[in-house]
Amino acid sequence: MSVEVVVGPLNQKVAHVSRDQYYSYAESLYEDGFHFASDLCGVDYLGNQTRVLPDSVTPERFEVVVSLLSHGSAERIRLRVQIPESDPHVSTLMGIYPGVENMEREAFDLVGIVFDGHPDMTRILLPDGWEGHPLRKDYSVGRVPVQFKGAPGPR
Amino acid sequence: MTDENLEAKEDLKETSRPSGKSSIGHSSVLRLPESEGVDIDLEESILGPGEKMIVNMGPQHPSTHGVLRVMLELEGETVLRCKPIIGYLHTGMEKTGEELTYAQGATNTTRMDYLSPFANELVFALAAEALLHVEIPPRATWVRMLMCELNRMSSHLMWLATNGMDLGATTMMIFGFRERELILSFFEKTTGLRMNHNYIRVGGIAADLPDGWEDDVDIICSTVEKRLIEYDEFFTGQPIFKKRVDGVGVLAAETAVALSITGPLLRASGVPWDLRKNMPYLAYDEVEFDVVVGTIGDTFDRYAVRINEIRESIRIVRQILDKMPSGDYRAQDSKVTPPPRARIDESMEALIHHFKLFTEGIRVPPGEVYVAVESPRGELGCYMVSDGTGKPSRMHIRAPSFVNLQALPPLLAGTLMADAVAIISSVDPVMGEVDR
Repeated sequence: MSVEVVVGPLNQKVAHVSRDQYYSYAESLYEDGFHFASDLCGVDYLGNQTRVLPDSVTPERFEVVVSLLSHGSAERIRLRVQIPESDPHVSTLMGIYPGVENMEREAFDLVGIVFDGHPDMTRILLPDGWEGHPLRKDYSVGRVPVQFKGAPGPR
Repeated sequence: MTDENLEAKEDLKETSRPSGKSSIGHSSVLRLPESEGVDIDLEESILGPGEKMIVNMGPQHPSTHGVLRVMLELEGETVLRCKPIIGYLHTGMEKTGEELTYAQGATNTTRMDYLSPFANELVFALAAEALLHVEIPPRATWVRMLMCELNRMSSHLMWLATNGMDLGATTMMIFGFRERELILSFFEKTTGLRMNHNYIRVGGIAADLPDGWEDDVDIICSTVEKRLIEYDEFFTGQPIFKKRVDGVGVLAAETAVALSITGPLLRASGVPWDLRKNMPYLAYDEVEFDVVVGTIGDTFDRYAVRINEIRESIRIVRQILDKMPSGDYRAQDSKVTPPPRARIDESMEALIHHFKLFTEGIRVPPGEVYVAVESPRGELGCYMVSDGTGKPSRMHIRAPSFVNLQALPPLLAGTLMADAVAIISSVDPVMGEVDR
């Protein structure tokens, strides 16, 4: 499996994986002692021209960033997965790291990335009937009236 | 009650589970939509023997520490499964963070975990500084450490207070708040505010420590140390307290690691993991302290870990008192730190820098970084993406309480309803941070 691992600021290791490699690479990292998923979030790169990626990686609009931690060797590795806008799906990591449940729900809620195989892919912070995903760059701040279930609409 | 029993009882809603080596914690989560269990038909709610009932605890329940709602599946008084429902305090702080400059960003993050604002400011500042490659003067580092440790003390004291209240020990509530007030008055003296300080900023700290700070900190240390002995008498050996907490809500170490639990919860389960020790930041490698670890991970262990962490913090603060270096408290980099007021009148360059910093903000080079610190509640992380402008392109906060809430279903499974209050309290969720 060819996965490009680059070193970022603070000597942080970053692995760029494709969507197909994502689950199996995380599994192999688990075997290597990375038993702890400390963070998972979605990022929207719409309009951001400054992203630096290795040549072998095709940039897409969304990214899922997972931070894994090894308690044994006290080191971190970060997985960055490119997710296309047309098909914002990626497989869930809950089979390896059950602790990402809330974080994946948050990434779905705020950025709109669907994690296939997640047992409870519902909104976690926003109300169930909310429209749109606020952390997307095309979701502007302060223009949408507050939405509440059963509330009267704007005048 | 074992997991197999729970599995067999499951008939409410069967959902597909991901296949994998680890299914820890799955069977204890109640997989029901949020809206379910809200409109209860009283006519049909009379239960026969052995029937199950869905009860919503919160969001206005006094023991849920704010606006946490726990949907409990009960059989009699036993909790079978549960699901924490959050979001009642969601204000979109991550989105707001994208609209604020790096100088304003700390005012936003400091309001997330309102019981440990310094840790939130610190993680934001550290993330921005990692992208800026700016050198922080030693005094700023040590003052940051001093404030964070005092904050850990005040946060744990607050936890002791609310935990006491949840268990019916009202005296403890008054005591905890009394000691916390001591620390908060020192914060007020230093930063101008009791909470939400905006004191730790990108490039250093907002102001130097006030004159006579050594005496104030010394008084805080000796007072809290003395009072901790009183708390020990109150709680540690006290039979009524022990009955409520001993062996209640046991969290196994492997469950805790699998569910990404951090902080006192993880350490109470016996995993000696503290970012201050294992992956030191600031100057934690230059002070001596021990990582407090529990044995079986019950509610008593979580209490013991926290009360002893206050002692360790006092130890760290005393060492900081001895070792506090002198010098600048802000990075001397005119692209990051605004010039002193007096310089603006005499130097054109200072005027330009001042204008640029306050109109465009600090320009952070493009890149992405994940920085984590040990907040009183666990690993507090900040994932920051910069696009080279004065505002972060993405500012994600990994909130420890948000993740730690996942421990509730396995903790509550099989316990009594009355223990649920003690267990929720021992997880110590701060809803401002959970919902952001």
